[in-house]
Amino acid sequence: MVSLDLLANAIVSGVLLGGFYAGVAAGATISFGLLDVANIAHPAFVVFGAYGAFLLSERFGLDPLVAALFVVPVFYVAGAAVYQVYHWAFERRGDDSMRGLAFFFGLMFVGEVVLILMFGVDYRYTSAAYASTTLKLGSIAFPLRELIPFLGSLAILAAAQLFLNRTFIGRAILGVAQDATALRLMGADPVRLKRIAFGISIALAGAAGALLLVLEPVEPSIGREFIGRVFAIAVLGGMGSLPGTWIAAVMLGVIENLTSIFAGASWAPAVAFGFLLLTLAVRPSGLFGR
Amino acid sequence: MREGSVLRRLGGYAIAVFAGALAVSSAFAADPIKIGFSMAQSGPLAGSGKSALLAMKIWAEDQNAKGGLLGRPVELVYYDDQSNPANVPPIYTKLLDVDKVDLINSGYATPIIAAALPIAMQHDMVLMGLFGLANNAKLNYDKYFSMAPTGEDPANVASKPFFDVADQLNPKPSTIAVITPDIQFGHSVLEGVRNAAQKRGMKIVYDRTFPPSMTDFSTLVREVQATNPDLVVVGTQPGQSINVARAIAEVGLNAQMIGGAMTGLQTTDSETILGQQINGFVNFAYWLPAPKLQFPGSMEFLAKYQAKAKAEGVDPIGYYVAPWAYADLQILAAAVEGTKSLEGDKLGPYIHANTFKTIIGDVQFGPGGEWAKPRTFLIQFQSVKSKDASEFTGTDHLVIVGPPDMKTGELITPFEKARQ
Repeated sequence: MVSLDLLANAIVSGVLLGGFYAGVAAGATISFGLLDVANIAHPAFVVFGAYGAFLLSERFGLDPLVAALFVVPVFYVAGAAVYQVYHWAFERRGDDSMRGLAFFFGLMFVGEVVLILMFGVDYRYTSAAYASTTLKLGSIAFPLRELIPFLGSLAILAAAQLFLNRTFIGRAILGVAQDATALRLMGADPVRLKRIAFGISIALAGAAGALLLVLEPVEPSIGREFIGRVFAIAVLGGMGSLPGTWIAAVMLGVIENLTSIFAGASWAPAVAFGFLLLTLAVRPSGLFGR
Repeated sequence: MREGSVLRRLGGYAIAVFAGALAVSSAFAADPIKIGFSMAQSGPLAGSGKSALLAMKIWAEDQNAKGGLLGRPVELVYYDDQSNPANVPPIYTKLLDVDKVDLINSGYATPIIAAALPIAMQHDMVLMGLFGLANNAKLNYDKYFSMAPTGEDPANVASKPFFDVADQLNPKPSTIAVITPDIQFGHSVLEGVRNAAQKRGMKIVYDRTFPPSMTDFSTLVREVQATNPDLVVVGTQPGQSINVARAIAEVGLNAQMIGGAMTGLQTTDSETILGQQINGFVNFAYWLPAPKLQFPGSMEFLAKYQAKAKAEGVDPIGYYVAPWAYADLQILAAAVEGTKSLEGDKLGPYIHANTFKTIIGDVQFGPGGEWAKPRTFLIQFQSVKSKDASEFTGTDHLVIVGPPDMKTGELITPFEKARQ
């Protein structure tokens, strides 16, 4: 018999973790859903962000959340540069499907090796002062280790959503996603807009990486564990919908935790991905896809 | 052409041919004996994999300084298996078919050995398994030898020190929960716990496995907490061990004893990440620089290892896998020298028939390729006050609590008392 306390804690933990994964998936939603760029290396960029925050924390004693403020602009520039290379080498030639995918796979593995050479293979972690504190509301626990990444991810998604909906460039990026040719006829430069959007997606990955460092220790290959989950969230949310991404991530987090307490944690990935398949069978464009 | 000139020229050719033949023959003599293996240099097993590789390189240096093997230098040929068993068969195929290695060894840990073992069997070669749990239990390959002191019944022996110490608890524990992943290692731990619990009449109140990719354990630990167990056996892989330990601290799980088979908590990175959160956990250990475990060569090896470890960026303390990786090759080398052969058919019976003096003590194998006599022991992390690596050097905070003949201190129980 599952107690109410256990049930409530499982739901809260699922929401917190799901909310964090929404932040991890936000950049993938932009690149994959809005730009049609299959950036399979997105989780690797999240790990690069975590190591960036780790480096700043080790060298200058910065909290990972403060470090994120420095990581984001650097990752924006790096993302824009990566897109430029991708566009020049693949997209403009129409080789952006399989070869583009191979490019991002390669980027992921090269990045992993660079991290191994720079930092070694040991687990790295920065212990923020608040990370070992747990807030309690009755019997329900809110570990700050999970709550802070949850709130940080929420802020990431809200900022990205506001940028896309309320700014001229943001709306132009949404326009690229719908019809790049029409946008070009109106005098806009779709490549420039996509470069900006891809830079933003990588900047979001960097910020999510800094939050990951609050949540758990990282090692160079840990991004591989996120690949399935990140793209499942992006697809389930509706490929390009940031609110959909958040809701999909939270749903998957809660489903996984409920599966764990009712049937065992080993069933959780199967049930979560079963839910994804079922949803796509009914709504092929995802929960919030157009 | 004059006769003398022809003879001189012929003599010159003969000398050249003879010198060439000598050169070929000495090159043959100097052909290295190649020992091939996969080793995790990336991925979750890489922390221990890199430590093991450094130890093996030190062994190769030492061996070559002594004149090599059978008068030939030794050469290690290795590839990164990325901690992924799926990468192991192609690596060994390349080692055997392209690199033409003379001997093979295993990578680190149970799933990697499991992937290499069928290839060793196909080629009828000796395979030394580095820290595998019950890899040969069902295959019974007569040329497999386990470098883990778990004995001929490894699934049950792995959890034996935990239960031997638990048997001394007052009041006697009657319920037990198990936290373990859904992989071969986890199922071996689970099997051992089930057998031990049945033997003692204990009730297992939680034994659901979790997927190996899981990173957050707070819900799972709460499920365990809801069952209010007297004992909690945690059988986890590196990475999982850190995350489970943190979840246990956050949820506030308490029991008479918690831990047992947490792989990875023996390495410095895990220990320093957890700091004080590691206090109270009991765990298996295979070697520590305790007086009874210092054998000829062990401290000299450790000094060499620690001098190189920092520059190589690997586990700076090296109590866990490094001495075993060195001893692993000591045994293989002793068998090659003893048989004057590289053939599995000769090496296998020789290793079965002899006792080997190594830096981790005398090693003798039983019929199944496991250690004839197990030598596992249980430690408890006590009074760790910071995240500094010096806390985990020596045996002050890594207290051996069982078996009785190896004890260096008393178990603090219940778990929450040891955390105060």
